[in-house]
Amino acid sequence: MSAATFPLWRQRLFGTPATAALTVVLALGIAWVAVPLIRWALIDATWSGTTRNDCTGSGACWVFIRARFGQFMYGLYPVDERWRADLTGAIFALSGLGLYLSPKATRIRLAILALIILPPLGVWLLAGGFGLRPIETREWGGLMLTLFISVYSSLIAIPLGILLALGRQSQLKVVRLISVLFIEFWRGVPIIAVIFLASLLLPLILPSGTGIDRLARAVIGLGLVIAAYMAEAVRGGLQALPSGQREAATALGLTYWKATGLIVLPQALRISLPAMTNEFIALIKNTTLVLVVSILDLLGIAQASLADPNWVGMNMEAYAFAGAIYWLICYALSRWSKRLERRKLG
Amino acid sequence: MASVLSFINDKRVRDLFYQVALVLGLVGATVWFVRNASENMVKAGIASGFDFLWRTSGIEVPFVLTGYTQQDNILALFWVGIANTMLVTVIAIALATVLGFIIGIARLSSHWLLSTIAGAYIEFVRNIPLLFFVLFWYFGVIAALPAPRASLSLFGVAFLNNRGLTIPLPDSPAPFRWALAIMLLSWLIQWLVMRWARRRKEETGRDAPVLLLGILFVLIVPALAFTWAGLAVRWDVPVLRGFNYRGGFVVIPEFVALLAALVTYTAGFIAEIVRGGIQAVPHGQSEASAALGLRPGQILRLVVIPQALRVIVPPMTNQYLNVLKNSSFGAAIAYPDIVSLFMGSALNNTGQAIEIIAMTLAVYLVIGLAVSAFMNWYNARIALVTR
Repeated sequence: MSAATFPLWRQRLFGTPATAALTVVLALGIAWVAVPLIRWALIDATWSGTTRNDCTGSGACWVFIRARFGQFMYGLYPVDERWRADLTGAIFALSGLGLYLSPKATRIRLAILALIILPPLGVWLLAGGFGLRPIETREWGGLMLTLFISVYSSLIAIPLGILLALGRQSQLKVVRLISVLFIEFWRGVPIIAVIFLASLLLPLILPSGTGIDRLARAVIGLGLVIAAYMAEAVRGGLQALPSGQREAATALGLTYWKATGLIVLPQALRISLPAMTNEFIALIKNTTLVLVVSILDLLGIAQASLADPNWVGMNMEAYAFAGAIYWLICYALSRWSKRLERRKLG
Repeated sequence: MASVLSFINDKRVRDLFYQVALVLGLVGATVWFVRNASENMVKAGIASGFDFLWRTSGIEVPFVLTGYTQQDNILALFWVGIANTMLVTVIAIALATVLGFIIGIARLSSHWLLSTIAGAYIEFVRNIPLLFFVLFWYFGVIAALPAPRASLSLFGVAFLNNRGLTIPLPDSPAPFRWALAIMLLSWLIQWLVMRWARRRKEETGRDAPVLLLGILFVLIVPALAFTWAGLAVRWDVPVLRGFNYRGGFVVIPEFVALLAALVTYTAGFIAEIVRGGIQAVPHGQSEASAALGLRPGQILRLVVIPQALRVIVPPMTNQYLNVLKNSSFGAAIAYPDIVSLFMGSALNNTGQAIEIIAMTLAVYLVIGLAVSAFMNWYNARIALVTR
């Protein structure tokens, strides 16, 4: 610490008697919360062992997380087949990275190619069939399922949201009206109700015997709601774009879709990206609601693991672990979104 | 040939064609869905229609504000659900607003430690799912509370334990209705006084003791009225009998957990809105007011807050509507709100999926539209008047 900074923080924390008093009170408050927490989580915690009986200390029993780690990540997905989930995740992550690093000129074509190939490939790898052992979605779970639902719902939500946002700005009155009604309807109802709705109504309104998968219903339901929120995020970008952009494109003889695809959307989506990232964070948080239709994502698995008679009283450990993972994912994404926003302003 | 081409290239014709095609497509899809649904329902032996609302419900509800019993019909159950949803929503909004303002202002404090703590709280709650908080409060905190015999006593009249919060209940609500009426009346008087004072100030430039009168009418008169009401009724104070408390009113643990989760979660979002709103008022505004000779209280009240509100109100409306929608998270811990009672229990009992889902969603849409309409009106009133 340099000599110049020393008086500054002393000024900030102990500048006046009132400031100093507040500092002391707050520091005591932090200590009152943090000391027991750190003792529980780190100092008094048990780290190694295999059963409940190994946890003799008064602190956290991280043995429980160790024993359950596979379930927290993959749910009841068969142990021998978990490489398939890892492979899917790796393919998606590497494709994303590849797109990020690819030259701008080819990026859009590559992205479209990835959008055509990757989603069916992912479903095939996870669900099996065609040479792989079929695994029912009932056995999927944990963090893998959280990510699956988030990614596949946004595969519905982002294209539909963009279309809805365009529809809301359209000059065609009927298109505008339908878009507004769709957006306001889904934004007005609770997501938990939509998940119930999707799981009850989808089998009802499709021809009998279609037998739509439970997980697919939840993904479709979430996709529809998030599409409405995405549409509002995209609308912000469309409205921020000067109307001269489209007018100039039209004057050059571009059709509506060409002007939209080549001129308007590339600029508007760049402006909307932070808002869309925030909606994606909200989606990750809302995937937890599939719990109400007995699909066990990360939080659901944590909750279900509390019922294990061999591991009674592990509530805090399970919640702390699941909460930390959600926090890390969402915090990282929100940092990224903030950075995008700053770059946009700068 | 040329006329045909010019006809199909006419923008109006094309626009009309696209719109008609879209409408036909949507109508076709709807007809297909409805036909499938009616076929499926005939197969399952479910008659459509709203007759089921008058059937006896037979569903026991652990938390009732309306005098509903199992023998009442399903429509009564619907009202119980709405009442429970509204109860938790209104209380959560009030508490979250207070907590959110405190944290938002703390975030802007010049005290480094205070603003860091507020910032850490905001970053913590905003990046964790609400359902996590609901489950955590319910299974982590409330379930870990002592059993009734070792309850935490709040001033010897209310008792907090793992079966909920037992509070004293007055034997008759009438004095409280009077107190409520007196409170609303005195708030109305204060509003009229403020209007009169503002007009007089504009005409004559003289101040009226609005603040003193405000304390009298907004706080002291209602406080006296409620104290009177509290003394006028007999209180049924809960007493420990055997393993549980008798008497009083039990606020079920689900309510306590859901409320705590909604308040702690929403406060983080409200804090960010408040911070943004206050920061949106340029510093020059308060400096200019100070240069004009306004006192600090006047600067805040007359210059900063009115401008900050303009930024705060629209996102705040969204948060309030979010609380309404998020109160349905109670379904995960079986808090008897409209979703879990009506879309859950009643639907399971009757199988009338379409009618029940439509009614439940309509509740949210109607309340949401009403709140948005009110907030738009309010927003238009406080909006910047240009030209």
